[in-house]
Amino acid sequence: MSTTLNVNGKTVTVDVPDDTRLLWTLRDVLGMTGTKFGCGMALCGACTVHIDGAPTRACITPISLAVGKQITTIEAIGDDSVGRRVQAAWLDLGVPQCGYCQSGQIMAATALLKQNPRPSDADIEGAMSGNICRCGTYLRIRAAIKQAASVEGSAR
Amino acid sequence: MSEVRASMDIVNLSRRSFLGVTPAVGLILVVGFPRLAVAADEPKYGADGMPHGWVDDPLVFVAIAPDGSVTITCHRQEMGQGVRTSLPMVVADELEADWNRVHVKQAQGDEARFGNQDTDGSRSVRHYFEPMRRCGAAARTMLEQAAAAQWGVPLAEVAASQHEVVHRSTNRKLGYGALAIAASRLPVPVRDSLRLKTPAQFRYIGKGDVKIIDGPDLVAGRGMYGIDTRLDGMLYAVVARPAVYGGRVVSHDASDALKVPGVVRVVEITGTPLPSEFQPLGGIAVIATNTWAAIQGRNALKIQWDDGPNASYDSTAYKAALEAGVRSPAKVVREEGDVAAATKGAARRIQAEYYVPHMTQAPMEPPMATARVADGRCEVWACVQAPQVTRDRLAKRLGLSADRVTVNVTLLGGGFGRKSKPDFVLEAALLSQAMNGRPVKVAWTREDDIQHSYYHTVSVEHLEAWLDASGRPIAWLHRSAAPSISSIFGPDPRHESPMELGMGLVDVPFAIPNLRLENPEVSAHTRIGWYRSVSNIPHAFAIQSFVAELAAAAGRDPKDYLLELLGPARRIDPHKVGDSWNYGESPALYPIDTGRLRRVIETAAQKAGWGKSMAARTGLGIAAHYSFASYVAAVVEVAVSDKGEISIPQVDIAFDCGPQVNPERIRAQLEGACVMGVGNTLLSEITFKAGRVEQSNFGDYQVARMNVAPRDIRVHLIAADFGSPLGGVGEPGVPPIAPALCNAIFAATGKRIRRLPIGDQLSS
Repeated sequence: MSTTLNVNGKTVTVDVPDDTRLLWTLRDVLGMTGTKFGCGMALCGACTVHIDGAPTRACITPISLAVGKQITTIEAIGDDSVGRRVQAAWLDLGVPQCGYCQSGQIMAATALLKQNPRPSDADIEGAMSGNICRCGTYLRIRAAIKQAASVEGSAR
Repeated sequence: MSEVRASMDIVNLSRRSFLGVTPAVGLILVVGFPRLAVAADEPKYGADGMPHGWVDDPLVFVAIAPDGSVTITCHRQEMGQGVRTSLPMVVADELEADWNRVHVKQAQGDEARFGNQDTDGSRSVRHYFEPMRRCGAAARTMLEQAAAAQWGVPLAEVAASQHEVVHRSTNRKLGYGALAIAASRLPVPVRDSLRLKTPAQFRYIGKGDVKIIDGPDLVAGRGMYGIDTRLDGMLYAVVARPAVYGGRVVSHDASDALKVPGVVRVVEITGTPLPSEFQPLGGIAVIATNTWAAIQGRNALKIQWDDGPNASYDSTAYKAALEAGVRSPAKVVREEGDVAAATKGAARRIQAEYYVPHMTQAPMEPPMATARVADGRCEVWACVQAPQVTRDRLAKRLGLSADRVTVNVTLLGGGFGRKSKPDFVLEAALLSQAMNGRPVKVAWTREDDIQHSYYHTVSVEHLEAWLDASGRPIAWLHRSAAPSISSIFGPDPRHESPMELGMGLVDVPFAIPNLRLENPEVSAHTRIGWYRSVSNIPHAFAIQSFVAELAAAAGRDPKDYLLELLGPARRIDPHKVGDSWNYGESPALYPIDTGRLRRVIETAAQKAGWGKSMAARTGLGIAAHYSFASYVAAVVEVAVSDKGEISIPQVDIAFDCGPQVNPERIRAQLEGACVMGVGNTLLSEITFKAGRVEQSNFGDYQVARMNVAPRDIRVHLIAADFGSPLGGVGEPGVPPIAPALCNAIFAATGKRIRRLPIGDQLSS
């Protein structure tokens, strides 16, 4: 049974049951390992991707629900100007420790800034508290989102 | 990658020709010995005391390609502490390499070649700073010698500087790439002849302006973790394991599992008689063409289990048993003065008990391993903290010699002690073997991770103090009851090991004349394992909370009272207080220094504005702790709402780890340790019922998220010169957080927390 998806602007066809979760389809079938597994139940945010721009937990999303939509993953977020600014701020402030959750953090942060270019602390907390970082990089994540937002603001 | 391969060939070439090359005229060099001879009966400390010790041979760690790119091998595992940056940075500094031209290569598991690789105990920089400096200095010397020989000038007239060697009087220059082959043919200079840099000459060490080497990969999803290995023909497996430690499969029916699209085969993994050490728990594995299919197949398994001897393990009953244990005299592990006699003269007695539950590491990347076992060889790719341990266990379990086992180490998506135990790697190897050599990746789901971990111990700490009329303690009794990590390795010792006792219990540095520490007998009923900071967590929570309780009873300021208990600045010999372990360090080089502890307390208090007036339902709490050869104090500011909701506006942490090799990553570690400590305090608890873990995922096993993290964490590093011994960094930051936070809650509300996690204790 084949399903056609649009991932990072490319059309791909996969031959797995259409209830297969997008996370494992990306990772195991398409070989795109940037999106991480953390919980399998949308509790930690490590698998966050964008579907039509909305931050989405790939671990609970059957591929049938992504058909006909634009899927964006960490591998392509640097092609986006906001995503690129988020990545730059992450590097500048030394956010990652082990780095494993940071794909999901960056995808969540980019989605936030695209929807809300000048988020308050409360906005950031609301958007990011679904993403767990066991290394505890939250303060730098918040600071990096603010930095990316201010760069964005000044660029206008 | 071709550059790296080319440079490796040069290294290999140089090794083969090592003894066959005559030193160039004008150079007086001696072949270096791998290690100074140490008499067998002398105690060994630090890296000398670790299996396979240390290696400082530049031919092992440094390769320079003809294009000048430098590849430095990191033999310790990266799990977020920054070691793939910090240790290669040390080599690069002494090598005078341009960091922009440095690549880092991860070593395979091979301690005979690299020295000890167990990445735990906050030891990597502490043990390898000096060997890595020598490694870089030796390579730099060889480059200088090669240049001097080429120019026919004395060695003293040339100097390496930022990737080239310069002849000072003529300003001639030769780049490292041009010198690499000639340098690699020279003998390695003898250790005592090396000229190490003075700290004033450091470019990277101690500066904190080197970005983590993997940063660009990590923010683009290119970091390769254990979960990310992909091999041709690889299959994916998940395993149904016994819910109770020591349980086993009686029978199973795989017929429905085999009907799931993508499922290839169902295989039983033989369990291990208790104690299971690092061996697999056993169970039924479902092997499929992708992870999702394997998970669906596992859901369709029908398994009949025998729960074995731990089927009645129950956290509520066990807590009561621990409490009973600490309420009677027990094995004495340290005694000074005469507590019984002293109590007769006391004005009053204060008593309290503290409970810290089981917790689990829950690294964001659960255990993940890929193995290929074929043609009499085993090769694995895995997120392991201890690759040589992994290699040895694989060799033994598969009946292979270690030289036929290759352990490739990926990035670790967090470790925290869980990945020191390679049970999951053995599973992958056994499954590849069962599949006749097809590569198999074993994935642990979050449920697997939370329900089959090696858990942080569970403990009850019972403290009693007898105060004189002025409120000073004249006698101190502490009974600590907790199942031991040793129980996974052999017959349950029923007592804490010297290592566990030495984590903040017997090495308590208080100036109290009469003191007795006891350790009641208890048994383990699950796998107990290392969890970041280990036994320091319950010991520090109890002791530092109790000190604040005594201060309150005496009507004293908690910070002043704590300083008074520590007494004047002095150096305590750990062996003399019954701590035979001392984190593996020399008691002469690493005494317990109460002056350093006093200083971090005073620094944290001053930076936090200790003593300032606080609004209603807000408060400051302080705690300090010595662990892993470092000193830390934390002042937590807390606000507690009328509904009992806790928020933490600010934490001030003063930290003294001796010289700071990479201050930027030290700050990051202290920030992260603080957040983890807050999670431990507020949220995290593993409980058992009928031998089974009751939690299953991040919904019921809760960890700190951004909304509970402190709003601000300010890290104040105490400066030290590079002549003094290094302390650990990864773990010491955790233990003071729980008591400082609970002391702050007491200051804000008058409510004393003695049981972790806090959960909803403030809302009732």
